Amino acid sequence: MSKNGTNNDKTVHKVGSQVIVDMLIEQGVETMFGYLGGVVLPLFDKLYDAPINFIIPRHEQGGCHMADAYARASGKVGVVVATSGPGATNLTTGIATAMMDSVPLVAITGQVRTSLIGNDAFQEADTTGITRPITKHNMIIKDPNDLAQSIREAFYIAKSGRPGPVLIDIPVDMQLAQCPIPPKGEIDLPGIKNRAHGHARQITMAAQAINESQKPVLYVGGGVIISGASDQLRALAQKANIPVTTTLMGLGAYDQSRPESLDMLGMHGSAYANYAVQHADLLISVGARFEDRVTGNLQTFAPHAKIVHIDLDPSSIGKNVKVDIPVVGDAKQVLTALLNEVEYKPRKEWFETIAAWKAKHPFMYDKNADVIKPQYVIEEICRQTQGQAIICTGVGQHQMWSAQFYKYSRPRQLITSGGLGTMGFGLPAAIGAQLACPDKPVIDIDGDSSFNMTLTELSTAVMYKLPIKVALINNGYMGMVRQWQELFYGKRYSKSSLVNPDFANLARAFGCVGITVDKKEQVAGAVKDMLAETRPCVVDFRVDREENVWPMVPAGKSLHEMDGLDIFEMA
Amino acid sequence: MKHILSALVMNKPGVLAHVAGMFAARAFNIDSLAVGRTDDPNISRMTIVVVGDDKVVEQVRKQLLKIVEVVKVQDFVGQDCVARDLMLVSVACTAEKRPEILALIEMFNAKVVDIGPKFVMVEVAGPESKVEAFIDSCRPYGVKNVVRTGTVAMARYNRAAKTEE
Repeated sequence: MSKNGTNNDKTVHKVGSQVIVDMLIEQGVETMFGYLGGVVLPLFDKLYDAPINFIIPRHEQGGCHMADAYARASGKVGVVVATSGPGATNLTTGIATAMMDSVPLVAITGQVRTSLIGNDAFQEADTTGITRPITKHNMIIKDPNDLAQSIREAFYIAKSGRPGPVLIDIPVDMQLAQCPIPPKGEIDLPGIKNRAHGHARQITMAAQAINESQKPVLYVGGGVIISGASDQLRALAQKANIPVTTTLMGLGAYDQSRPESLDMLGMHGSAYANYAVQHADLLISVGARFEDRVTGNLQTFAPHAKIVHIDLDPSSIGKNVKVDIPVVGDAKQVLTALLNEVEYKPRKEWFETIAAWKAKHPFMYDKNADVIKPQYVIEEICRQTQGQAIICTGVGQHQMWSAQFYKYSRPRQLITSGGLGTMGFGLPAAIGAQLACPDKPVIDIDGDSSFNMTLTELSTAVMYKLPIKVALINNGYMGMVRQWQELFYGKRYSKSSLVNPDFANLARAFGCVGITVDKKEQVAGAVKDMLAETRPCVVDFRVDREENVWPMVPAGKSLHEMDGLDIFEMA
Repeated sequence: MKHILSALVMNKPGVLAHVAGMFAARAFNIDSLAVGRTDDPNISRMTIVVVGDDKVVEQVRKQLLKIVEVVKVQDFVGQDCVARDLMLVSVACTAEKRPEILALIEMFNAKVVDIGPKFVMVEVAGPESKVEAFIDSCRPYGVKNVVRTGTVAMARYNRAAKTEE
C-alpha cells in the first residue's frame, strides 16, 4: 500500500524526520507545540534549527490545549507533537476537546518501531486505537513512501468541511528511513464530501419561511465562526430584521452591543433569548447542533417554530430535533445566498415583546453586596478592556459568568471548551491564544478548581515571556458542582470544596506577578494593574463562595422554565 | 425495521475498527456486518444490517459518511435488491437418517460439502429467511455447528438505488 510512493529518479528523498519538518513548513506552520520523548528524538533533532516557533508545555495535555487555542484564535491549523505511550495518552483530553468543538488540529505522535508494535514494548500504546473515536481521522505510518503525503492529507482533513483533529502516529523507524517527497498536488480523498453551497431549492424555501414569519429567531453556533460568516450573519439579521441568539460556542459571531442581539441561549442563557425561542414561529439555526444544554427538554423546545437548520455536517441535521427545512452547506455560502432572497419586515410587535423581556430580565446579580460578586469582577474586566480582550476560560460557573457578563463583539474572541467541558482548558488556552495574537490582551478567566488542574503551565508562560493574565474567580469550591448539590442534592456538598494554595504566592514562585484581592473596593484597581502588567499575572479574586449562576433551566425542564428569575425581585 | 446498508470504503488498515467503533460509540446495533474487496483493490464493500427506526438508520448512514475512509453509502430499504446469507451447518446424521436429510438438502437447494460417519456439513445460501428455515428443519436431527456470513446485498438491475452523492 504505497500508492503515494514513486521510484521516479527525480523524486526527492530525505530522512523521515526531515520530511516531517519539511511538510510542516510546506503547510505554513509557524508555531507549534509539543513535548519530547524517546521515539520522537529524530524529529526533535530536525526541529533544532527549523524555522518554527516551538513551544514546550509542561504536560502534553497543556500542549494540546495550546495548539487547540492557537487554532481557535488564529483560524489556522494547530499542531502538537508528543511521544509514544504516555505522551500520546496525555494528549487525549486535548484531542477530544478539539473534536467536540470542531477545531482543526494535527497531532503527531511517535510510536515504537514497526517491528515492535504489538509487543508491549516500552512506552507502547495503541495510539490510533485509543484516539479513533476522538479524532476526525487518524493514521499510522508503516511505509516510508506514505509519510509525506499522509501529513499533507492530515492537514487537509483537519481543516476541510467541519474541521477536527487528525492524528498521525509515526513509528521511530519511519522517522529514520529515507522517505520520498512526491510533488505537491491536489489532495484526492474520495471519502471527503463537501457540499458547501447548499441546495438552491432549500435556500429558497428557507428564505420564504423567513419572509413569511412574524416571530423569527436566528440561533447561531460556532459553525458561523469557523466558517468566517459573521459579516454575512450581520447582513442577514439586519436586512431581514431578525433577532440573534448564540450558543456558548457562537459568542462573538454576533456583536452583542447591537440591539437585535439576544445574547446566549440555553441552560444559563438569557431569559429573553429562551423566551424568544419558545415563542418564535421560525427558528433559523446556523452552525449549531441543538445540544441538550441549549434545548432543555426536546419535546417542548421551540414548540411553535418551524425549524430551518443550516449546517455543513449532514449528521447534525435531524439528529436531535425534527427539521422542517434542512440546508446542508457552509454557513458563509448559504447565508450569502439567503441574503439575496430575504426581504425586510418591520416585525414591530415581536421586537417590542423582546424588548419587554429584556427590560424585565437582564442578567443580574446583587450589586450592593459587601462581598466580591464574581459577576462584578467579569463586568469590570469587560469595562476596562472595552470588551476587546480575548477571553479564555476553564469550565464551570466562571465560564458561564464569562459568557453572561463579558460582551463579545467579534469572532474568535471567546475561547472555551464548550462541547467536552474540559476543566483546566483556560490557562493553556490563554498561552496558545496569546501566541496567535501577540498584540491583543489575553485573559484567562478561570475557576480555582479548573486552574488547579493545569496551573503548571504558568511556567510555560514565563519561559516564553507571554503577558497573559489569569483572573481567578476563586470561591474555594468546584462551583458548578456545588451549585447542583445545593439545588438538587439538598446542599450536601459532597467532596466539592478544596484546600487551595495561596495562588498569588504560587504565581510569584513561578516568576509571574501575583495579586490577591479580597475586598470589593480593590477589584477595579487590581484589574487595572493586571491589564497594565507585561509579565504573566495571576489575580486571585476571593469571591462570594456560594454565588449561583442564574437563570438556570434545570436539566430536563423546558427552556422557558428558568429558575432564578425572581431572586432579585424578592430581594 | 431492518435496513441493509451497503458502504464502499477505502481498503486501508483500521477502517473496520473505525466503522465498528463508531457503531459502539453511538450506541447503534449491528445485526450483521460483511466485508470484502470489490473489483477495485483499493475499495472494499461493507454490507451492514442495522435494526432501527428511520431516524436512527438515517443517523447511522450520515455518521458512516463522516468517516474519512467511507466513500459511499446506500440504504437498500424499500429497494428491490438481492440479499443473501451464506451458511455452513453441520447436522447430526446417522446412516439411517441420511436419505431424509439429503432430501431436505435438495429441497433447500443446499449442498453437501463434507460428510462423516455421524454428520453432514451443508452449504446453504439464500435469503436470510431460507437460511433460518433450513436450520429449523435440521433441528430435529441435531444441529452441531453453524457458521454464517452476514448478509450481502446488491440492488437489482435498472432499479436506481438511493445514493448519497
